[in-house]
Amino acid sequence: MTLTEFIFGRLDWNAIPYDPIVQLTFVAVALGGIALVGALTYFKLWGYLWNEWFTSVDHKKIGIMYMILGLVMLLRGFADAIMMRIQQAIAFNGSEGYLNAHHYDQIFTAHGVIMIFFVAMPWVTGLMNYVVPLQIGARDVSFPFLNNFSFWMTTGGAIITMISLFIGEYGQTGWLAFPPLSGIGASPYVGVDYYIWGLQVAGVGTTLSGINLLVTIIKMRAPGMTMMKMPIFTWTSLCTNVLIVASFPVLTVVLVLLSLDRYVGTNFFTNDLGGNPMMYVNLIWIWGHPEVYILILPLFGVFSEVVSTFTGKRLFGYTSMVYATVVITVLSYLVWLHHFFTMGSGASVNSFFGITTMIISIPTGAKIFNWLFTMYKGRIRFELPMMWTVAFMLTFTVGGMTGVLLAVPPADFVLHNSLFLIAHFHNVIIGGVVFGLFAAINFWWPKAFGFRLDPFWGKVSFWGWVVGYWVAFTPLYVLGLMGVTRRMRVFDDPSLQIWFQIAAVGAFIVAIGIGAFLIQIAVSIWKRDQLRDFTGDPWGGRTLEWATSSPPPDYNFAFTPVAHDVDAWHDMKARNYQRPTTGFAEIHMPRGTGAGVILSVLAVICGFALVWYIWWLAALSFIGIVGYSIYHTFDNDRDYYIPVDEVIETERKREAQLASLKA
Amino acid sequence: MSTIILPKDRATFHLTEEPHHPEGHSTMLGFWIYLMSDCLMFAVLFAVFAVLGNNFAAGPGPKDLFDLELVALNTAMLLFSSITYGFAMLAMVKNNSRQVLIWLGITGLFGLAFLAIELYEFHHLIHIGATPQRSAFLSAFFTLVGTHGLHVTFGLIWLVTLMVQVSKRGLTAANQRRLGCLSLFWHFLDVIWIGVFTFVYLLGMI
Amino acid sequence: MKSLRFAAIASLLFLASCKAVVLSPSGDIAAQQRDLLLLSTGLMLLIIVPVMALVVFFAWKYRASNRDAEYDPDWHHSTRLELVIWSAPLLIIICLGALTWVGTHLLDPYRKLDRISADKAIEAEYTPLRVQVVSMDWKWLFIYPEYGFATVNELAAPVDRPIEFSLTSTSVMNAFYIPAMAGMIYSMPAMETKLNGVFNNEGVYDGFSSHYSGHGFSGMRFKAHALDQAGFDQWVADVRASDTALDRAEYLELEKPSEHVPPTRFGTVDADLYHAILNFCVESGKMCMDEMMALDRQGGMGIAGIMNVTALTHDKYARRGTVLGSAPVTVDAFCTVLDSQRMYGSLETEVVQPKPATPIRGHALAQPAMSLTPTFTLLSTPRGAEAL
Repeated sequence: MTLTEFIFGRLDWNAIPYDPIVQLTFVAVALGGIALVGALTYFKLWGYLWNEWFTSVDHKKIGIMYMILGLVMLLRGFADAIMMRIQQAIAFNGSEGYLNAHHYDQIFTAHGVIMIFFVAMPWVTGLMNYVVPLQIGARDVSFPFLNNFSFWMTTGGAIITMISLFIGEYGQTGWLAFPPLSGIGASPYVGVDYYIWGLQVAGVGTTLSGINLLVTIIKMRAPGMTMMKMPIFTWTSLCTNVLIVASFPVLTVVLVLLSLDRYVGTNFFTNDLGGNPMMYVNLIWIWGHPEVYILILPLFGVFSEVVSTFTGKRLFGYTSMVYATVVITVLSYLVWLHHFFTMGSGASVNSFFGITTMIISIPTGAKIFNWLFTMYKGRIRFELPMMWTVAFMLTFTVGGMTGVLLAVPPADFVLHNSLFLIAHFHNVIIGGVVFGLFAAINFWWPKAFGFRLDPFWGKVSFWGWVVGYWVAFTPLYVLGLMGVTRRMRVFDDPSLQIWFQIAAVGAFIVAIGIGAFLIQIAVSIWKRDQLRDFTGDPWGGRTLEWATSSPPPDYNFAFTPVAHDVDAWHDMKARNYQRPTTGFAEIHMPRGTGAGVILSVLAVICGFALVWYIWWLAALSFIGIVGYSIYHTFDNDRDYYIPVDEVIETERKREAQLASLKA
Repeated sequence: MSTIILPKDRATFHLTEEPHHPEGHSTMLGFWIYLMSDCLMFAVLFAVFAVLGNNFAAGPGPKDLFDLELVALNTAMLLFSSITYGFAMLAMVKNNSRQVLIWLGITGLFGLAFLAIELYEFHHLIHIGATPQRSAFLSAFFTLVGTHGLHVTFGLIWLVTLMVQVSKRGLTAANQRRLGCLSLFWHFLDVIWIGVFTFVYLLGMI
Repeated sequence: MKSLRFAAIASLLFLASCKAVVLSPSGDIAAQQRDLLLLSTGLMLLIIVPVMALVVFFAWKYRASNRDAEYDPDWHHSTRLELVIWSAPLLIIICLGALTWVGTHLLDPYRKLDRISADKAIEAEYTPLRVQVVSMDWKWLFIYPEYGFATVNELAAPVDRPIEFSLTSTSVMNAFYIPAMAGMIYSMPAMETKLNGVFNNEGVYDGFSSHYSGHGFSGMRFKAHALDQAGFDQWVADVRASDTALDRAEYLELEKPSEHVPPTRFGTVDADLYHAILNFCVESGKMCMDEMMALDRQGGMGIAGIMNVTALTHDKYARRGTVLGSAPVTVDAFCTVLDSQRMYGSLETEVVQPKPATPIRGHALAQPAMSLTPTFTLLSTPRGAEAL
């Protein structure tokens, strides 16, 4: 080993991708980054960011940071999507398109990983982080520092994934990295290692945040809020976090075993010396299927809240909704094999898993009916969150239907791995998760910032997404029935081209939707005074988060609220609740800390060093992580009291706000 | 745990007195849930061992490799360390920090002995060529037992940290809570080891 | 607007149907799979269509501006309605579940065919055309053990003769898929899967890998020729006329990664080549997997077995071995009785036994008084339950 190899491992100048697209992207990102850093320095915002945001343990700020992370990563993941759509629309009649296999294969791998782990997961986690403590009348989560640490670890995973764009390569294996393709033999370079360490670092964050929210919901509910009086979003969050805690460890272990195969030469998933690649497929889907429900369940909660709020009606069938959620949670562990019926497991095994999969559609169907009958005899206000919800109900049912279709093993034998499958899961993920997230963002934005989002650009974004989704994915359903398989880079049959062109048009319509969403945010911030909401309850909300001001004070509630009803705030309003104006006391709060950022930076360095075989750096940063964690346990200065004067001042301002409304 | 008092009075919409949430009141529950997720990791490793445990790749199997007497000794070390940790907790209840430190020290020594014996076993296996690379069975064996060993190692680091904490700050509420968590962790590792001893070593020798 | 969307989708499907091979296949298995697909879709539409219609209707009827509509903010429970919303999907799923159970067993790719097509019965005893399929980086190798020849990226079969594929792979997972003939099945290294199918119409059909397998994946396509008997005989004669032989050395050359490989023919093929490919012992001196597994069942080779290895000199990839691990090895072969039998024994031909003519049923379903299957008219009336 030469000195250079010792210092840099396998990192050398060849690691810079020789690809004009990537290089242009790099230049753009670098310029943008320099501009951002320059602006932050010029406006002297670093101190503000560090003190008020990065080191904050306030669940509201962490929630917002999660949302920003998801949004940034959405742009990356969507850029990948557009590139794939263009490639597939032009690679006909002998044309190779504009992407070579090495590049194209990285793109679809990165698209899947980023959209699931770094867009959908941060958004869902951020939403739960922001809303759940407010809904249960708590001041923060159970472990505020852990919350900050979880966020930074998730971000660390995203950073490792993003580094791969400019230094080295990303995996070319598909988003689940099945061996033997992801083994050291078929994928010797750094792509799969980036995949592994990105997910491992982010996985730590996800698991810890799952534990945190689970404990928060169990332990920190307001008095009177029994399990069957929890808001439905809190219920779905509870189930989601149970799923996180009970499935992410499986992913962690599977990836550890894969890395052992790749780094040490063990034989877990190799072809020879007794290894068994099928075991990887089974194990990763034992995590992977619950993961699907981790994503969708909280959004089911969102739709429930939105429907009952905007119909001005109590949710129909609260109890059956709760049971449906719990049933889905349990059943999600019994269906993983439907992702690989075609492995040849035998008819009895296949039909068992096919039928368990169909059974999940029963509670899901019940949920759809519950929303439907909440609308019945309601008074529906078609504000943006409700529009997203109706679009969801129409889109998601189709996705659910094609999902059950794919659960019929003989049908799956002809449709598996086809574009029909792609259309199906985008149908449920876009139609369910993404639509739900936009409903949630439009719904809770006024709570977070004190002003509404601009409805005009919101509607442009809505129609862009809904129309774009259908234009982009209906052709994929058709192509699937034409026997076209996924992850193809070039095509022989010229008659397919028109469908791919339509799909590409759809992707551009979705791009309009995304652009309009960004404009919507910008315009809303610009016109914030016109869109201002002083009530703290702009939609006629029903649950406790609407009981406090918008944005809520650091301590959320000056006094711990008492819940008497599922719709606690609705109940308070109906029975003439009066805001307390006296008797305030100092409030005990956790103190912010930079430990999360420091540990996450060390984790990113460690991951990067492991990817490139820079052993000294990996060892050093790992020792750093352990050492700093120990050091952190000696830090006893973890909390402070908000003085009573400050509480009185805050509450007085709030009183003035409300009084100005009455006037 | 905070007691949730449901006010009889339906007109009470907020508590005038803050409910007492002592710092770390949910730590035990949180740590317990963490342990369950850790348990799931071991469950996967056990499952992997169950699948690959007979794939010797025409190499050696458990009967050729394991020395039950050594493993029994090893098991005894870990079980003793669990008992002595129990004594440390008893001393903690009596608020006797000196005794806590002594018992923690003894626990640490037993833990070290366990690790030393395990490392000796691994060294022996690798020395004769039964490396984790030789067969899937050996990969699964080294990973399952090694993961447990890594947990013990981190337990020891934690134990030393807590000894420093207790000697510097005494048995504060925070330290008592931490000792409680490590206690859970330490006994949990014991339970896992009993699984390893039974399923890997004893069943392997049949 | 929503109904417009539906009309649009329906017309798109209509447009597609002329080329939608999954919906208009040329093989009986694929046709039955298509039937099941359509039947399940129909069953689900029974509930999906009313739900979607109700969503639109309620959204319109109970809009805030419609002050005539009834408004009952506290109505949130109805036991009767709850029963309906749980039991309606349940009923559909019970039907679909029964259909799934029966269909999955009938159309299990491992199950021997029991008819040629809906209107053509199968002979009581028949020998399926056996084809051994090997997915390689990035091409398909087809070995015809009956005829002792092999082809690359070219498959042919006589119409209406059942084909039994045995599949394996050289390095990574693929899926073997001829949409016109039957559903796909994975081909996996060191493992064997089976697929039974038949072509009913003459023609040239697309076949390809439908599981991503690396850089050359897009080019991993071949044409499947379904010929009449005379045409097939001619094809056989043509392939046999090729004077290239596929022996182990030639195979190791072929195994190296290549893309967009044109159809290639090998007039003769080593009789035990497929066995060697499947068991990872094409290179001389390597122990075959099946021997290894047999030894493992006996408890392995003991301490002595540790050293019975050779450092890897040749393998499928340019680079092997891991950064921290020891040098990769392969297990050395012994000459066994099994080995010599295989070397000197003849290739056995398989004859499918006639099956009992009782209707199919699931393990959990009691034999009904009346046969279940005839009610599913789109499915065949099966003659056997061999898979059960």
